[in-house]
Amino acid sequence: MTDAALTPAAPARGAIALPRGLIFVAPAVLLMLAIYILPIVVLTGFSITDYRLGALRWEFVGLQNFRAAFQDPVFVRALANTALYAVLVIPTGVFLALGIALLVQGRRHSRALWETAYFLPVTATLVAMATVWQFLLHPTLGPVNAAITWAGFDPVSFLGNPALLIPTLALIGIWQVLGFNMVLFLAGLTAIPNDLLDAARMDGARSPIDRFLTVTWPMLGPTTMFVIVTTSISAFKVFETVAVLTKGRSGSETLLYALYLEGFEYSNTGYAAALTLIFLAIVLVLSIGQTLRMDRRVHY
Amino acid sequence: MRRVLPHLILGLGAALMLLPFYWMILTSIRAPAEIFDVSLWPVPRDFSAVQNYGQAASTVPMARFMLNGVIVCGGILIVQVLTAVPAAYALAKLRFPGRRLLMALVIGALCIPMQALALPLFVGLARTNLLNTYFAQMMPFFLSVFAIFLFRQSFRSYPDEIIEAARMDGFSEMEICWRLVLRGSLPSLAAFSVFSVVAHWNDLYWPLIVVSDMAIAPPPLGMLFFSDVESGANYGALMAGAAMITAPMILCFLLARRSFIAGITMTGVK
Amino acid sequence: MSQQSIDLRGVSKSFGATRVLEDIDLSVKEGEFLSLVGMSGCGKSTLLRIIAGLEAPDRGSVFIGAADVTARDPSDRNLAMVFQSYALYPHMSVRQNIATPLRMRILTLPARLPLLGRLLAPTAVLAQIDTDVSKAAETLQITHLLDRKPGQLSGGQRQRVALARALVRQPAAFLMDEPLSNLDAKLRAHMRDELAALHRRLGATFIYVTHDQTEAMTMSDRIALMIDGRIEQLGTPDDLYQRPATLAVARFIGSPTINLLPAEADGEGRVTIAGQSTSILARPGPLTVGIRPEDLETGDEGLAAEVLRVETHGPDRFLTCALPTDRSTVTLRQGASARPARGDMLKLRIPPERAHLFGSDGQRVPARITGRVAA
Repeated sequence: MTDAALTPAAPARGAIALPRGLIFVAPAVLLMLAIYILPIVVLTGFSITDYRLGALRWEFVGLQNFRAAFQDPVFVRALANTALYAVLVIPTGVFLALGIALLVQGRRHSRALWETAYFLPVTATLVAMATVWQFLLHPTLGPVNAAITWAGFDPVSFLGNPALLIPTLALIGIWQVLGFNMVLFLAGLTAIPNDLLDAARMDGARSPIDRFLTVTWPMLGPTTMFVIVTTSISAFKVFETVAVLTKGRSGSETLLYALYLEGFEYSNTGYAAALTLIFLAIVLVLSIGQTLRMDRRVHY
Repeated sequence: MRRVLPHLILGLGAALMLLPFYWMILTSIRAPAEIFDVSLWPVPRDFSAVQNYGQAASTVPMARFMLNGVIVCGGILIVQVLTAVPAAYALAKLRFPGRRLLMALVIGALCIPMQALALPLFVGLARTNLLNTYFAQMMPFFLSVFAIFLFRQSFRSYPDEIIEAARMDGFSEMEICWRLVLRGSLPSLAAFSVFSVVAHWNDLYWPLIVVSDMAIAPPPLGMLFFSDVESGANYGALMAGAAMITAPMILCFLLARRSFIAGITMTGVK
Repeated sequence: MSQQSIDLRGVSKSFGATRVLEDIDLSVKEGEFLSLVGMSGCGKSTLLRIIAGLEAPDRGSVFIGAADVTARDPSDRNLAMVFQSYALYPHMSVRQNIATPLRMRILTLPARLPLLGRLLAPTAVLAQIDTDVSKAAETLQITHLLDRKPGQLSGGQRQRVALARALVRQPAAFLMDEPLSNLDAKLRAHMRDELAALHRRLGATFIYVTHDQTEAMTMSDRIALMIDGRIEQLGTPDDLYQRPATLAVARFIGSPTINLLPAEADGEGRVTIAGQSTSILARPGPLTVGIRPEDLETGDEGLAAEVLRVETHGPDRFLTCALPTDRSTVTLRQGASARPARGDMLKLRIPPERAHLFGSDGQRVPARITGRVAA
């Protein structure tokens, strides 16, 4: 083959590759417009109006909806509840999962068994399991309170006492997220070369704590970051357990539940749009750094 | 002791993790009269599984919920794969104007949770009288930017030489995409399928918004409806219902544990 | 300090049903460079890990100097190890990597913690650690790399950092697990020289695991050749090359591989090689004769062979020749001045004093040479 024989093919290929790529992405681009871009624009538009679904008249209200949100006791309470929920779920859900992963990783024969046991709640339909939890924690009929009274304490009204509502939801949240985080940590642990742990032993890291601090913990850095981010995002999206167990009673609304009520039960579309943008801002702050790093993953 | 201790701790933890499942199954086979029996003894005095499950299935259309779940999850998955695979292939292997912009949009969209889009999508569906349809349940999920991102990562490692050889051999670009490149990424496809089906089978938020007709309700919404109807009256039937709703995903998980874990933690590759 | 003898007595190890090491006895002298050589899976790395304490033997003991260290933790054996992957801590700078063995040994746990530690660690100790690290870095000429992370270094530089981390604290001995196998050929040859020089300079005990016979032959004082979990032969590089104790050793050592020819000693012990009678005497029975490519001679009489291929390696030519008798081939080495061509017929002579005889059990068979007998 000579160069002359190859030359005509080159521009031809460039020419057909150009529209072809566009045809391949066209369905995705159209859906992107319909599902992401247009709705975000419309949402932003709603947020500066007093639009109510079905209403014939609406007016621009500027940033009034946002100002109202931070003066709305229900929304402020929902924010505080969600923050409390996150503060309870994130540290426990992350570090307990790390502990479990460290224990599971060392088991050669029973590893699959433990993995299955701890991961099962992740796959279960949360709505159904929340109903089960309701029964488990029932003040008179549930085994949890039976155990508490058997131990000599007064029964605890997990879903009756307003002060305990968010902690109870957090307990279920931790139960659901542990297995997921454990598996992420297990993947991170498997990626640590054995040679490094051996090298640490040769270098004088005698106790497991020493080896954990010298090798495991620093090597798990990116994994831990990721687990914390995903756990926080899912904490700020807590909804199912609220919808099944409290329905927001006794001041137990969470961010997403308050948003759901305003937007879809009360049809305060404009106001709900403002709440949605606040919710979106929180999630974006939590996830954007992580997402940007996805493309060039952290490699030492 | 050093050998037993980890097992002991793990065992204790696992018992707590599995307690809800155990209690669910146990109550679902107990007679309503045994409701005040808080013991964990596995054998009920009066075996009432048939009665409880029967009542759950007759109070609400359980089979219908399941079928709806299959239709919705299947529909979502098919459209997601059909749209994401060519887009991912183009982003990974083809040059076209706007490629970088599209990639930036995909990555940006990855950060946006579905709940943030629910309000305008709901208004749009309400205006077009499409609420209470299967289409309304599936529509927001037709485009999975996560699938595009995942497949692009996976396709990028496919050797360019093979694609070029295939072009020389006269394969069309569609054939290369679906028959060669996707074939090389079957594990990613399997894992994404699991991820997608589990996520939408268990989702409550969107169905709660767009579905009020129980005939097309997916399992979680059916469960919520059932627990509201049945609340407090009959725990046996309620737990039987919960068991039926959770069973499909749990069975799939137990049968294909590896790919299931891979699929659900796919987000971990982020 | 870095010169301790290491003794293994009756060391055995199995993984599940697989016997990896069988009853190994080995004495490494103070200051010796000893290589453990063998194919992958022969147990050499396991043996090194047992010496290091990273693996516990099923039976047998490990002595460092006079002390039985079998039950001691690796951190208490005062050995340094260089890993095939270098095993540098990726999150630490080169300086911190090299300092780790010192910090671990000298500082208490609280003093090693990231922030708190700076307040707790005595300044004099930290200064001493700094000095030692600089000295080690100087020895390996990596002072300019001290503030980089391992990810920013080339393979050869990482290798040096790993060595510096090993020698920063005068260990009883250095253990090296295929340290050069991740380097390209040219760098490997260079690092071979450097390692040998380092050994001479430190006078330290080195135990070096490799599958590469060239590395073992060029650097070692002694070589332990391992096959299937046993030490097949222990000796100097010359011993192993000139007097292989078994057929397996003869096959393993030498490149190109030794030529093997079927032979037989008759009732009176006269050895016939490939049908040619020789002046060699050995105990009667079937034999295998090994002859190195450089030892085969060409002449007017001997084994007839046809040249199949000529390979030029600068100063040498390797000739692959077919023996018509049993269609096997032999390789012989000739100087560059020889001009053989494909298809030439040669007569090959085996100098009796150069022939290695092995019995059917693979063991070396002693041989005597009588007065020259007509071919």
